[in-house]
Amino acid sequence: MRRRSAGEPERRSMLDRAFVVQAARGSFRKLDPRHLLRSPVMLVTEVGAALTTFLTLVSIVQARPFSFELQVSLWLWFTVLFANFAEALAEAQGSARAESLRRSRKDLTACRQLADGRTELVSAISLRKNDAVVVGDGDTIPGDGEIIEGTALVDESAITGESAPVVREAGGDRSGVTGGSRVLSGRIKVRITADPGETFLDRMIAMVEGARRQMTPNEVALQILLVGLTILFVVVVLSLPAMAHYMGVTTTVPVLVSLLVCLMPTTIGGLLPAIGIAGMDRLVQRNVIAMSGRAVEASGDVDTVVLDKTGTITLGNRMATELVPAPGVSHEELVDAALLSSLPDETPEGRSIVVLCKNELGIKGGDIRAPEEATFVPFSAMTRMSGVDVGSRRVRKGAIDAMEALVRGLGGYFPEAVKAQVEAIGRHGDTPMVVTDGSRVLGVVRLKDVLKQGIKSRLAELRQMGIRSVMITGDNPLTAASIAAEAGLDDFIAEAKPDAKLSLIRKYQSDGHLVAMIGDGTNDAPALAQADVAVAMNAGTQAAREAANMIDLDSNPTKLLDIVEVGKEILITRGALTTFSVANDMAKYFAIVPAIFAAAYPELGVLNVMRLATPTSAVLAAVIFNAIIIPALIPLALRGVHFRARSASAVLRWNLLVYGMGGLVLPFLGIKLLDMILVALRLV
Amino acid sequence: MTKAVLSTLELLVLLLPAALLLGGYMARVFRGERTFLSAGLRPIEKLVYRLCRIDESQEMSGRSYALSVVATTLGGCLVLFLIQLLQGILPFNPQGLHGVRWDTALNTAISFGTNTNWQAYAGETTMSPLTQMLGLAVQNFLSAAVGIAVAVAMIRGFARKETQTIGSFWVDFVRAVVYVLLPLALVLAVVLVSQGVVQTLHAPVSAQTLEGATQVIPVGPVASQEAIKEVGTNGGGYYNANSAHPFENPNGLTNLLENFALLLIPTALVFSFGIIVGNRRQGRALLAAMLVLFALGLGVSFWAELSGNPLLAGAGVSGGANLEGKEVRFGIPASALWAESTTVTSTGAVNSAHDSDLPLSGLVQLFNMGIGEVIFGGVGVGLIGMLFYVVLAMFIAGLMIGRTPEFLGKKLGAREMIMAVIGILLPSITLLAGAAVALVLPAGLAGLGNPAAHGLSEILYAYTSAAGNNGSAMAGLSVNTPFYNLTLGLAMLIGRFATLLPGLAIGAAVARKKTVPGSIATFPTTGALFVVVLVAVILLVGALTYFPAFSLGPILEHLFLGAGRLA
Repeated sequence: MRRRSAGEPERRSMLDRAFVVQAARGSFRKLDPRHLLRSPVMLVTEVGAALTTFLTLVSIVQARPFSFELQVSLWLWFTVLFANFAEALAEAQGSARAESLRRSRKDLTACRQLADGRTELVSAISLRKNDAVVVGDGDTIPGDGEIIEGTALVDESAITGESAPVVREAGGDRSGVTGGSRVLSGRIKVRITADPGETFLDRMIAMVEGARRQMTPNEVALQILLVGLTILFVVVVLSLPAMAHYMGVTTTVPVLVSLLVCLMPTTIGGLLPAIGIAGMDRLVQRNVIAMSGRAVEASGDVDTVVLDKTGTITLGNRMATELVPAPGVSHEELVDAALLSSLPDETPEGRSIVVLCKNELGIKGGDIRAPEEATFVPFSAMTRMSGVDVGSRRVRKGAIDAMEALVRGLGGYFPEAVKAQVEAIGRHGDTPMVVTDGSRVLGVVRLKDVLKQGIKSRLAELRQMGIRSVMITGDNPLTAASIAAEAGLDDFIAEAKPDAKLSLIRKYQSDGHLVAMIGDGTNDAPALAQADVAVAMNAGTQAAREAANMIDLDSNPTKLLDIVEVGKEILITRGALTTFSVANDMAKYFAIVPAIFAAAYPELGVLNVMRLATPTSAVLAAVIFNAIIIPALIPLALRGVHFRARSASAVLRWNLLVYGMGGLVLPFLGIKLLDMILVALRLV
Repeated sequence: MTKAVLSTLELLVLLLPAALLLGGYMARVFRGERTFLSAGLRPIEKLVYRLCRIDESQEMSGRSYALSVVATTLGGCLVLFLIQLLQGILPFNPQGLHGVRWDTALNTAISFGTNTNWQAYAGETTMSPLTQMLGLAVQNFLSAAVGIAVAVAMIRGFARKETQTIGSFWVDFVRAVVYVLLPLALVLAVVLVSQGVVQTLHAPVSAQTLEGATQVIPVGPVASQEAIKEVGTNGGGYYNANSAHPFENPNGLTNLLENFALLLIPTALVFSFGIIVGNRRQGRALLAAMLVLFALGLGVSFWAELSGNPLLAGAGVSGGANLEGKEVRFGIPASALWAESTTVTSTGAVNSAHDSDLPLSGLVQLFNMGIGEVIFGGVGVGLIGMLFYVVLAMFIAGLMIGRTPEFLGKKLGAREMIMAVIGILLPSITLLAGAAVALVLPAGLAGLGNPAAHGLSEILYAYTSAAGNNGSAMAGLSVNTPFYNLTLGLAMLIGRFATLLPGLAIGAAVARKKTVPGSIATFPTTGALFVVVLVAVILLVGALTYFPAFSLGPILEHLFLGAGRLA
């Protein structure tokens, strides 16, 4: 997992005083019933609280004892406030993070270019889509956009926390820039691609702020369950006075309201909004901005991920890993020639040959230079070889057919053993490069596509999560197979044409798979639009970013793992707290039902398994437990239940044990403890 | 206890292989494949289609399937209602019975149309043979066929992908009658007749009793109605004493066969489910959950009944087991086993008086019905109800493994959830509300024959039985009053449609969805953990819904008995 490093807005602890104060204020503001319409469980709780408060007032006016009613009322209000607090705290954290990003853009001016070519200074806020702005050395980029002219070194640390500057240039796949990042050197013309209020930052802020937040499909389904349970418990509690009346027992409204609130899934109902907000916030912490909560949750369901070979699985360049001399040629001679031919060669392959040769010769440092009189012959499509001329020496390296033609043309002889070696290397999926000196064949260099560090373990993690990885590459099938085997990919598509990604994704989807894809190039855009979860690199082109439903600010292709993890954690947290909340009800029944009836029917005292002191202490203890379990679980709701890549059954078994059994047992202990405290404090 | 366990095993050894065979047969029937009976039955099926102008190949959307179900059910109720009102002027009325009172007729019409077979009346002295045969027995077939058809349509939804239709109601309905219910009922009726069950259109027989009085003994087409009563999990007896009457259930063999028959189709449908969705192990997993719940309840019942009534023991009347209200012909094991079977399914036929069972047995029976009769359950509707719980269980389980919940490759979203919640909770809400109203209104309390906790249990039982479409009763409550006939009738309608319609809605919704192939990240729904989760969800939902009601009814009554008193 990548964390912020340099340029990090200071990480604030979850219970930072400022957040707590802000959230506390928010929790009172959210008492507005119109706000609670979004959370029916809490709305019913609030109605209950208002009802018992009214009855308390009546008791006070009529000079009857009111201590019990008052305490119940207070704790019911606390229940609502605690739930509001959880939501407000999550919002405060999220918007603080967004705000610190947004602050970087405040008071920003932009140099807008007018149609006639002249420029004018305007406020960044006034920029509209398709405006063109000019950004020079040291300027801050005023808005999200695409470079249409020039190249620049950009410091994106304000957005990504990554201290190393990156190159962004017009055309190609590295043309996207984000508002708030700073141009270190260079001068670029940027076409603004988002109106104010529609930039990534704005969208992110909308995701964490309550008013505009949309419920995800999973949240809607869960909300239906919670509403269903609420209705059920309302009927259960309403039917109780009828039964009690028949049995000659009178029930009081505060006790019934207490029972109802205890039974309703207030724990999950109260924490539900916070879980979603905190999940989005955790994604932002990992430098991913999601365009919708739906996409984040879908990522938890992804079972196929389509990856580009280059840049994602391999470093993108072939590296020399082995030198095989021809028969009759000494190892040193081959190393020498290979080194000589590559010294002035600035291509990554050339550099890697130099590194390998230096290693073979045991030389460290950069004290080797090409001889003064050497002239470099660069690679051309015509000759398909490169090399060095030193005096009469013609040292060359290149693909076998070109080299064979060269050697035969010079009247040389191409040894069969070298041919065999070349084929062997090719069969491994590596690239052979033949080195010659004049008409003499010296040997073969093995160039290997080198895997990115850590990719293997990341792919293994994906497999553990049940996600198959598919690589797309333009390489021949042999090369592709070798890399796939080495990296541990489940499948690959070799010799892929540009539209292969789109058709591959369609094929998987028609088989019912959910496909994730990471892309950056303009030609990735159709595939990104088709994929269920589409992550675009922040550095990618505007087309790619618009087609995606998530943007990775770090432009790190293995970020998908983090996204999947967060998506799963959000769902697991919801499921775990729902189970916990419902399992809690058993203990509350055992506390409250005997409290209502044991006076009239002492036999029912056997249900008072917790041996709670008095009926009032039992009811109060249950109500208090029900209230304080909400703030007690806020840290869990914000942090999320941790997901470990294990089999589904193992995950379920563990979570059932902790949150199911735990939810069953814990309230028995908690209510008993609270009962003892209430008695000790003489509150009942 | 040994005898109890042995008689349970005897039943299961008979039941499971037969259900396996029937399940395979039904899977073939409802997929339109050829069966060993096709040669004889296919022409009949085709004839019905021709007469009714049904186009066999015309598939239906969920909505039109549902409309057909509602029309068939309500139409059946209406016809039955009219037959009862007019039976005085209709033929085959040897006792010269009058038309049935309107509220009783309405209650009975709903009761038989919804496969409940709640009987507020005494059959032999209220209904003429014509009403029994043309009205009640016909509805026994039709309401059972509706249940099977809807279950099949729902299963089809899970088996299909990306389609708008879930089969044709008329075809499923006709096939359920022609291929499944008629042959089974025919075979069973013949066997029952061979064992001495009455089957005649003769007028009542008069007999001289030992005291010299004249006793009129009504007879009628009992065996035929008895057969479909069990096979279709209907439960409405020809006689008021139901299967405790020697003309309905003369001996141990008929008792075993009838008990077997009422469990047969519900159990077989679970196997059919596995076959049609292409995963037999899935069917077996559901069956395992059902068997676990069945055994739990039965164990409690056996224990309670065999321990006997402490009050009687204290009075020195009889030690040992609780034989009050039981036929000595059958004894405790066969009575408790039947009581469990008839309440886990929506049958409601009885061979003993549930009113005389000990409170803990009553609690088990209330629980079995209160959770919606999903342990085997009524024909079709039991499986539908179980699938509601599966949706709920998989929703929770799915979230807890970090995936959008799914079952059989179908993502479970808001629509499936809302329907499952309605299917599980609406009947419970209805019965709690109904019982509460009856407990406060004089019209409700007027029917009570017992005080305190037992009276509460009786009223609760009545509404639980009605909302669950079970039809059995704790007979201590006089229910043939306008208040009970109407409120219980409403509860029956809600209970029936709150199962059928959400079932169809889920079937249609999942049929439209893609089927997501499984991976190691998918929770395997065929293993022991699935069974445990499913059983736990059912127990928890039941406990949370009924804890207060059960505490004041059966639990308090049980505690009273322990303390040596009745109230």
